[in-house]
Amino acid sequence: MAAKTKFELKAGLATREAFGKALAQLGRVNPNVVVLDADLSKSTYTAEFGHAFPERFFECGIAESNMVAIGSGLAMGGKIPFASSFSVFLLNKGFEQLRVTAAYPNVNLKIVGTHSGISIGEDGPSQMSIEDLSLACSLPGFTVISPADEVATMALVKRAAEVFGPIFIRTGRLKVPVVYASDQAFEIGKAIQLIDGSDVTLIATGLMVAESIRASETLEAEGVSARVIDMHTIKPLDRDAISRAAAETGAIVVAEEHLLDAGLGVRVAQVVAETHPAVMEFVGIHNTYAESATPDQLLDKYGLRAVNVVAAARRALSRKR
Amino acid sequence: MHTTSDVTELAAISKRMRREVIEMITEAKSGHPGGSLSAVELIVTLYFDVMRHDPANPKWKDRDRFILSKGHCCPILYAVMAECGYCPKDQLNTLRKLGSIYQGHPDMRFLPSLEASTGSLGEGLSLGIGMALAAKLDKSPSRTFVMLGDGEIQEGQIWEAAMFAGAKKVDNLVAIVDTNRIQLDGFVKDIMDENPLGDKWASFGWHTLEVEGHDIAALQKAFAEAAAMKEQPTVIIAHTIKGKGVSFMENNPKFHGTAPTVEEEARALAELA
Repeated sequence: MAAKTKFELKAGLATREAFGKALAQLGRVNPNVVVLDADLSKSTYTAEFGHAFPERFFECGIAESNMVAIGSGLAMGGKIPFASSFSVFLLNKGFEQLRVTAAYPNVNLKIVGTHSGISIGEDGPSQMSIEDLSLACSLPGFTVISPADEVATMALVKRAAEVFGPIFIRTGRLKVPVVYASDQAFEIGKAIQLIDGSDVTLIATGLMVAESIRASETLEAEGVSARVIDMHTIKPLDRDAISRAAAETGAIVVAEEHLLDAGLGVRVAQVVAETHPAVMEFVGIHNTYAESATPDQLLDKYGLRAVNVVAAARRALSRKR
Repeated sequence: MHTTSDVTELAAISKRMRREVIEMITEAKSGHPGGSLSAVELIVTLYFDVMRHDPANPKWKDRDRFILSKGHCCPILYAVMAECGYCPKDQLNTLRKLGSIYQGHPDMRFLPSLEASTGSLGEGLSLGIGMALAAKLDKSPSRTFVMLGDGEIQEGQIWEAAMFAGAKKVDNLVAIVDTNRIQLDGFVKDIMDENPLGDKWASFGWHTLEVEGHDIAALQKAFAEAAAMKEQPTVIIAHTIKGKGVSFMENNPKFHGTAPTVEEEARALAELA
């Protein structure tokens, strides 16, 4: 087993802000990149691109359905469009257009949702996206990405512009710790093992990656060797990483800031069922909408913390033969 | 391909296309004859006279684009595209059958020379705006034509798109409303009265033309006016007759989405001889 790396989780940017920076950098190197927003450009951080490249920035007003389909039309005209809004509006109001104008004809449209999950805080459930991963994964041909920190976001947004096909990238409002060194390489569809371990595997995405790293440190102190995997690509899933974790550790905890009904957890369970049996536990949102409060209060109340991952790991270990 | 501005010749092509539509839908035993027949002169005039396109080079970057947003009326589009040479005529009778390139609604996966996969109403105008914006960025002369149904424009997304195109002055975009006055459940005026339709588009910033949709010379004039229009998108409200050319289908809601029987096919073809 490789020696464990002690993680120093430094304060970092919100992934939405990293997206905005990546977009502005992309704009400088690729004249085909165009951006669409629906009156939220100061919140989605697409405004920086808009100021730098006004002729390639399309303010669509508060009309997400129209924005998504205009984005598809731009892609069909040879552009590389990034359409952005809060995830909840992009996926829910734009879903029919994502289906018919992007997924079905396999169009080179990129959509980036910000303010995903419940960690947006005080604005409450109407603005919180807790079903976007499941909606995006239900679109045949879509690639679905959920980066953990600013480094992952910058790299994966840039990579998304280079590969053909419809892609959803999920970002958040809350500042999150930096997990990765600035030179970390990312490949779409290839999970990253952050910590090796032999007793249980913690598979996490988004802000639950940092929580899972913290959980692994608690577990280590208890003598439990926990592997931590960042599943930054939800679709297509890294089946090899999952089946190896199932075979080698025999217990898997999946952690996500998303409804448990149809997010990363059920997708990992499907792979486990098809490849190698393993005990599984799930950390996520249980069949409910959240409420207004501070992000910290919400993450505590709805069970999206390291302590919840630790508890799930203990349950899994107790069931493991 | 052979193009023509001759009205008599365009009318002759239109009659042939009507026959193809009747034969295709009868063979398929399902489909939408009424709205296919109302759009014949519009689509024939676009493909044989107005649009700059090349069936030998369907992905030519500077081509004009046509989106059939009212996708259920694809039989007339397939017939015209086959006549132009985009796709085989001898497979038109495979419409709606397993493996056919002529799917029940336009599907680019099966027929890549289509400009869009449509069928879910209300989405083509937004797509057309995107294509028109891409052409502007590329400084391409390409223009985009989007055909809408008068039933279809009850969809809210149409008016999001209309507001966008008017406000942003997308002047290389032309919308055509095939105003045949009938939708599946009956007459448009009874289901959702849209009058005054021209005023609605004009108030959204569109250059609005109203034209008799089976009058080829009038259509040529309207398309020429649209081409000369700057700083405004153009909408052509084409007053048409659903089922046009077949007496028992004209203005008959039944033939929105009902295939003719073999006997009805014979009567229709006799009228279109």
